[in-house]
Amino acid sequence: MTEKTDVVIIGAGPVGLFAVFELGLLNIKCHLVDNLDKVGGQCAELYPEKPIYDIPSRPVVTGQELTDDLIKQINPFKPKFHLNQQVEKIAKTEYGWIVETNIGTKVEAKCIVVAAGAGSFVPRKLPIENIENFENKNVFYAIRDKSIFKNKKILIAGGGDSALDWTNELSKDSNVTLIHRRKEFRAAPDSVSKMQELETKGKIKFLKGQIKKISKIQDSRIMLEYENDDEKSNIEVDYLLPFFGLKMELGPIAEWGLNLHENLIKVDTEKFETSTTSIFAIGDINWYPGKLKLILSGFHESALMAQEVFKYCFPDKKNIFRYTTSSKELQKKLGV
Amino acid sequence: MPKLIIKDRSGKKSEIEYDSNFTLMETLRDNGYDIEASCGGCCACSTCHVYIDKKWKNKLQNMDDDEESMLDQAFDVKNNSRLSCQIDLSEELDGLEIEIAPE
Repeated sequence: MTEKTDVVIIGAGPVGLFAVFELGLLNIKCHLVDNLDKVGGQCAELYPEKPIYDIPSRPVVTGQELTDDLIKQINPFKPKFHLNQQVEKIAKTEYGWIVETNIGTKVEAKCIVVAAGAGSFVPRKLPIENIENFENKNVFYAIRDKSIFKNKKILIAGGGDSALDWTNELSKDSNVTLIHRRKEFRAAPDSVSKMQELETKGKIKFLKGQIKKISKIQDSRIMLEYENDDEKSNIEVDYLLPFFGLKMELGPIAEWGLNLHENLIKVDTEKFETSTTSIFAIGDINWYPGKLKLILSGFHESALMAQEVFKYCFPDKKNIFRYTTSSKELQKKLGV
Repeated sequence: MPKLIIKDRSGKKSEIEYDSNFTLMETLRDNGYDIEASCGGCCACSTCHVYIDKKWKNKLQNMDDDEESMLDQAFDVKNNSRLSCQIDLSEELDGLEIEIAPE
């Protein structure tokens, strides 16, 4: 089923969220798509607890507080979120554009607004030789179907929440070894103590070290060489699950024929439209002479972009500029 | 101006001058070194990973828990690994030698 809206915003970081507000004031409805399982982009994923000091009128605000307040601010406009998915394809239609995600969500819209920051968050791959030959066979960076690991020998690498949570979870039905470069873990203390309890009971094994080499052995098993204080050892397993956090990648956006400047999307500074009409780019993902990657620049870009998007959504209507302080109609939309 | 000695990923060594108001990551980035620093320097990723020359290792401010935790997401971590965004360049570090870690 294809849903219909006015605008699809790609990226639900601070700038994508504020775009909902600016578009909403002009009666433009939005859907947002984000690869993360939550809104807020880098603010929520990378630095939820870190202070930001350069948001106008907020002497200090954390990444999470900023996200929460933006959600509160755009709530009257009832945006629809499609999380945990990445926009893969876009195609021109009579209505405007059809946007399709990697899990098959389809949304038709008049305009597309790319607010993708530094790109999509994707798992960081282990930088060892030939690893690509084993990916999705013996090596998985995300787990979709845990039943394949039943009664198998698994090596989990990393010291964060994903590594520890999966170690604890998979230990029920699999032979699990956890490998990490040190004995301390940055995962939640609860998961760490659970893992240590499992280790004491002999339900899992822990190895200190870092993986350096991967090779194939018979029966579709793999051999991993790891190093601890210059001492090399080997372990043979069915599966390797590395969890080294996320990194950002431009991803499928690079394939859409938009003019780029060093992996950033070129826009004009009047409308923030890309080289393709009715596709806009705002926030850290865009480039123009003098561009500064600041959240406040993205907010400004949202407001100007919305003026132009209005023309695509309501070609026969005149857009009269109004202030939220004085316009009764805008205040009604905001529910105040 | 005080100087740093930088070994890049190809193994080439060069000398750069630095201003002690900046971090090591900012100085590397400003001098065109290929260092991603995707979080912008708030110790929230591990993409500004460097190795500190052994003789300088103990002259730097100690690593805090935040930095040690973030290094868990880096690869090829050694006992002289640091995140360059967490190193404030003081005048005393004149002559500091570092190597940019592999990507």
